Amino acid sequence: MPTDPLDDFILAAARALDLPLEPAWQPAVKANLAVTLKHAALVAEFELPDEAEPAPVFRA
Amino acid sequence: MVEAALERIARLNPTLNAFTAVTAERARAKAGAIDNRPDKARLPLAGVPFAVKNLFDIEGLATVAGSKINRTRPKAPRDATLIERLEAAGAVLIGALNMGEYAYDFTGENVHDGPSRNPHDLTRMSGGSSGGSGSAVGGGLTPLALGSDTNGSIRVPSSFCGIFGLKPTYGRLTRAGSFPFVASLDHLGPFARSVRDLALSYDVMQGPDADDPACDQRDVEPTVPVLDDGLEGLRIAVAGGYFKKGAFAEALEALARVAKAANATDEIEIPEAARGRAAAYVITATEGAALHVGRLRKQAHDFDPAVRDRLIAGAMVPATLVAKAQIFRRWYREQFLTLFARYDAILAPATPCAAPMIGQQTFTLDGVELPVRPNVGIYTQPISFIGLPVVAVPVPLKPLPIGVQIIAPPWREDIVLRIAHALEQMGVVAAPKPEL
Repeated sequence: MPTDPLDDFILAAARALDLPLEPAWQPAVKANLAVTLKHAALVAEFELPDEAEPAPVFRA
Repeated sequence: MVEAALERIARLNPTLNAFTAVTAERARAKAGAIDNRPDKARLPLAGVPFAVKNLFDIEGLATVAGSKINRTRPKAPRDATLIERLEAAGAVLIGALNMGEYAYDFTGENVHDGPSRNPHDLTRMSGGSSGGSGSAVGGGLTPLALGSDTNGSIRVPSSFCGIFGLKPTYGRLTRAGSFPFVASLDHLGPFARSVRDLALSYDVMQGPDADDPACDQRDVEPTVPVLDDGLEGLRIAVAGGYFKKGAFAEALEALARVAKAANATDEIEIPEAARGRAAAYVITATEGAALHVGRLRKQAHDFDPAVRDRLIAGAMVPATLVAKAQIFRRWYREQFLTLFARYDAILAPATPCAAPMIGQQTFTLDGVELPVRPNVGIYTQPISFIGLPVVAVPVPLKPLPIGVQIIAPPWREDIVLRIAHALEQMGVVAAPKPEL
């Protein structure tokens, strides 16, 4: 049976990035990540020109 | 005034749970010193008690920021700059206030300290994350408080607790000596029971500060002198579309009352507000995670579990999506600012509903059942995302008050305070007295 890619990603990210993750926490972490990625997709799908500058501007 | 506030705190704080520390000894000493000053009459806030969200540094106390983890931090060696500025104007610090853990909250609940309670209905939320600030000012324990607002944490408690709150322009008030959450979105500001108190405190807190790199170099621009200028000549619009979708009846009623009094007949659409809110959500999740990832690795069990799970998720969001959100932020700002060529101010609901029950997990917005905790700020997030100044004004509906946002272009706090004051003079907005 195929696994949910988001579950796979969370387990791999926790190991690769040294993030704490107990099995009991995983459903809530997944729910939160899913909501954040949904919001992020809404932003990312909005097309802007390559020249569009990010909001923060570093000044030396 | 200080003794009266301390007496009221002693009597009511066991019920409201607004204060986490009361600095009575310091307050009495400071009040006595002010009483003996020959120039007392010239101090704009002589003897006025105030309290601060417990993410502000208070000399001699650990800055807990609503957490268990920070309780072992060294005691702060000095007060936050805004405390120093208020006290230089004669105000007297009386304590530290409850808040949601690390400010990642819209409810005013705290697993370590218990919830701060809504003074108008003790079974209901104070709002977060500056819940203690809302509860303390709403309950009359102090006439003035400070809080922080990253996505709505001043405006939400103002709305739920029926008080005035000012979230100034991003970069206007120094954040030096406060515990951060999301550096690119964090603001500090005051709560009060009248617009004049809000403006008085705001005016004395302005000014550059090298200790906060985001603090602007602008000189002080006093707002008290223009408070009585009225609504004449101001073009005020109502935000429609996104800002009405999902609003409960009480939010729409409050907005309609304020719009009518302000003669705001035009309804406008703020371009891509939903995406603005979404981008703020992404930046918050990831910058918040970046701040706390070290503590997550070492002390994950010491966090509020709800905060911990959000932060862990935030640490897993790809950086490409965060960069996109920051690019969108600039575009969104430009679109929003074009509206201010036609209007001096825009009105919008502060919260989709009046205060939910403490512990309530979900509510229904626009026919969809959603978790309360992250969604109370749907109308505040698209505004603070680009740092606009806002006063949340309380509309004293029964049985519970609810707030409306008055939004102006960057650096025009004078406009929002002037409008709020005019509405207050008309009796349309007011901080209702709770029965406690």
